[in-house]
Amino acid sequence: MRIGVFICHCGRNIAGVVDIKALVDRVSTLENVVYATNEMYLCSDPGQRKIQEVIKEFKLDRVVVAACSPKMHGATFARAIEEAGLNPYLIEIANIREQCSWVHQDLRKIATEKAFKLIKAAVAKVALAKPLEPVYVPLTRKVLIIGGGVAGIQAALDIANGGFEVYLVEKSPTIGGHMAQLDETFPTLDCSACILTPRMVEAARHPNIHLYTYAEVKQVEGVVGSYKVTIEQKPRYVDPEKCTGCGDCAEVCPVIVPNEFDQGLGGRKAIYIPFPQAVPAVYTIDLEHCLNTEKLIVCEQCYKACGPKAINYLMGPKEIEIEVGAIVLATGYDLWPIENLREYGGGEYPDVINGLEFERLLCSSGPTGGVVRRPSDGKIPKRVVFIQCAGSRDPKHGCAYCSKICCMYTAKHALLYKHAVPDGEAYVFFIDVRAAGKRYEEFVQRVMGTDGIKYLRGKVSKVFQRNDKLVVWGVDTLSGVAVEIEADMVVLALPIVPSQGTKELAQMLKAPTDEYGFLSEIHPKLRPVESSMMGIYLAGAVQAPKDIPDSVSQASAAASKVLSLFSNKQLALDPIKAEVDLEKCVGCGECAKVCPFGAITMKKRLDKKKRKYAEVNKALCQGCGCCMAACRKEAIQVEGFTLPQLRAQIYAILDAKPTKVEIKKKEGGNEDKTAIVKPR
Amino acid sequence: MRLVLKKNDGLLKKIKAISGEDIYACYQCGMCSAGCPMGQEMDLLPNQVIRLLQIGAERQVLHCRTVWLCASCFTCTARCPKGVNLARLMEGVRLFLLRTQKEDHFSPQQMVKEPLPPIALIGALRKFTT
Repeated sequence: MRIGVFICHCGRNIAGVVDIKALVDRVSTLENVVYATNEMYLCSDPGQRKIQEVIKEFKLDRVVVAACSPKMHGATFARAIEEAGLNPYLIEIANIREQCSWVHQDLRKIATEKAFKLIKAAVAKVALAKPLEPVYVPLTRKVLIIGGGVAGIQAALDIANGGFEVYLVEKSPTIGGHMAQLDETFPTLDCSACILTPRMVEAARHPNIHLYTYAEVKQVEGVVGSYKVTIEQKPRYVDPEKCTGCGDCAEVCPVIVPNEFDQGLGGRKAIYIPFPQAVPAVYTIDLEHCLNTEKLIVCEQCYKACGPKAINYLMGPKEIEIEVGAIVLATGYDLWPIENLREYGGGEYPDVINGLEFERLLCSSGPTGGVVRRPSDGKIPKRVVFIQCAGSRDPKHGCAYCSKICCMYTAKHALLYKHAVPDGEAYVFFIDVRAAGKRYEEFVQRVMGTDGIKYLRGKVSKVFQRNDKLVVWGVDTLSGVAVEIEADMVVLALPIVPSQGTKELAQMLKAPTDEYGFLSEIHPKLRPVESSMMGIYLAGAVQAPKDIPDSVSQASAAASKVLSLFSNKQLALDPIKAEVDLEKCVGCGECAKVCPFGAITMKKRLDKKKRKYAEVNKALCQGCGCCMAACRKEAIQVEGFTLPQLRAQIYAILDAKPTKVEIKKKEGGNEDKTAIVKPR
Repeated sequence: MRLVLKKNDGLLKKIKAISGEDIYACYQCGMCSAGCPMGQEMDLLPNQVIRLLQIGAERQVLHCRTVWLCASCFTCTARCPKGVNLARLMEGVRLFLLRTQKEDHFSPQQMVKEPLPPIALIGALRKFTT
């Protein structure tokens, strides 16, 4: 055995704390180590070349790199030794930066000792390493996209245009998401629907996109490459094949309920289409409000009015099973409930509204036909107060983060309000204006310079009612004056939170989230659209608050990740997988019980006794090691992390030697077990 | 007059020791000043008191009326998004002044011009005397 040890200075990151020279001297005396050296930056090109040269010159068959975390450069060094002719699994990384020098900055001596032990352990472990080959598993080159907002639509179109099949699932009756609700978009003031609806139609008509609206993902099984997904299609009670979208049914429907698409400010019938350009243009019966129950039909107005006879009150939910290789999560955002802000009269005064409601009031296809009217009495508000950071940047309300888009949409709201009500006044309370986007600052400056829009730097303390006015108590900290404004309407820029159901979905996919419920990316800078659960990609506000350009860019980025995954016909997986030793396996089935991925099945042997044994599905196995801990016979081991390897590592750290002790089994009979015995 | 800023955090440390409040948690949103019922009477708004302390302009703070006008109604404390207890901070400044100057700003005789409930009297005495 010929092991080479390479110790990295990492500039002063490691060398500033650990005594590298002493370390090299001690490491070179270890058993099996034929070469030990140090380098300023091992990850650099000259550093990697040095490793490769030494491997050839000293005929090394194993390598230990003492440097940063293997998460950082494990792959870099594995590739380097592979290029030098070694199997990429015959390397061990001793993490002497994150786990040593960074956490023991003031303890040089102890840090040096710890670094030595970590390297010694790595040497002991790598001595037992075996060459491994990647595991190839089949790859279903189809993708599931959950969420049909602008991010989901963009990702679907990009992947579909790349030539792969897409299943786009949306829980509401139409795709389009929040963007479809917006009036105009900042900073260009493009009509939101005008730029979005062509995309919606394109997605629905694309031959590679299977669109499931009014549907939800019910179950996901499997792992990257082969997920089995169950989609539940809720019943529309209208046959989408027959419905022409003429609207004769809604005209005769006697029931009127608040329209969710208009944030409840306008009405819709019990048979409805959320908005005129909805995709698909198919009507839906909201059975909760329809006069007909499942068994009793008391009103048949729509049925009678429907020319193509598309209505079927007895339609049931449908389950659709599909198989995909990757999943893009684009479930978007909701606004934080306004009722949480009692000091601003949220939920108490009808004229204290949120940004999306104001958006609907501005919209020419909205409930007021684009005339801004306040919800309480329908009057045109002549003085509107906008409050930014209404809940965001507020750790006391449990939302410490900046919701990012409010500065811009509030500026837009104020401007559009002035366009709609030229003699009106708009006041904007802000703490900071964050306009860091292309042409954003220019836009905000334009709004601030518009006659009749006043920006006040300060947060509002409370809003209360006086006669039919809303009194706003605020402050302008720039002039040092506390102010009072008698407003007709107050618009709150509420925090952006993950949409309802995101939490359950993340749990189902085992994809980690942050403390606010947004999905976590694997690396905040370098891998921002991938979940740490391989095969799951993130697009849009599901990851953090985002505006339209950011959501669309991220969606395209997620699509490119999926396309690069699908560029292979097979999926090469890391061979860090459980392996069963058939000689030792007694078929007790404990491993199959504890496996969190359902990767182990019990099979019968072909011999006469038909004893059982465990079989591992390598595609499903994630190498977590639960089975290894559960197996009493040490018959199942995770490659690269076998029990002998881990034991050798621990013995090396403890300076202990394995000693055999006999442990009596209950049923009688002896079994050899190893235990750690400290030397005297 | 241009204020010359230099490092002098003695006052800040003492006020922190007395009140236990971290003034650097404040991000100057002004919500305290917006809701303060005594704000009209103050020469500095509550957020300005914190701001002057943050930038090290302690002289201005020690001579302001604001800390004495603060009625400890806790409106600001209840609303502060960053959880800064301004009432305690104001109390900290008052206590600092009283302890260093060792003089009473009011005598009980001055205060009790009309009958006060005992609890209010004690509260007022605690606030204005050493």
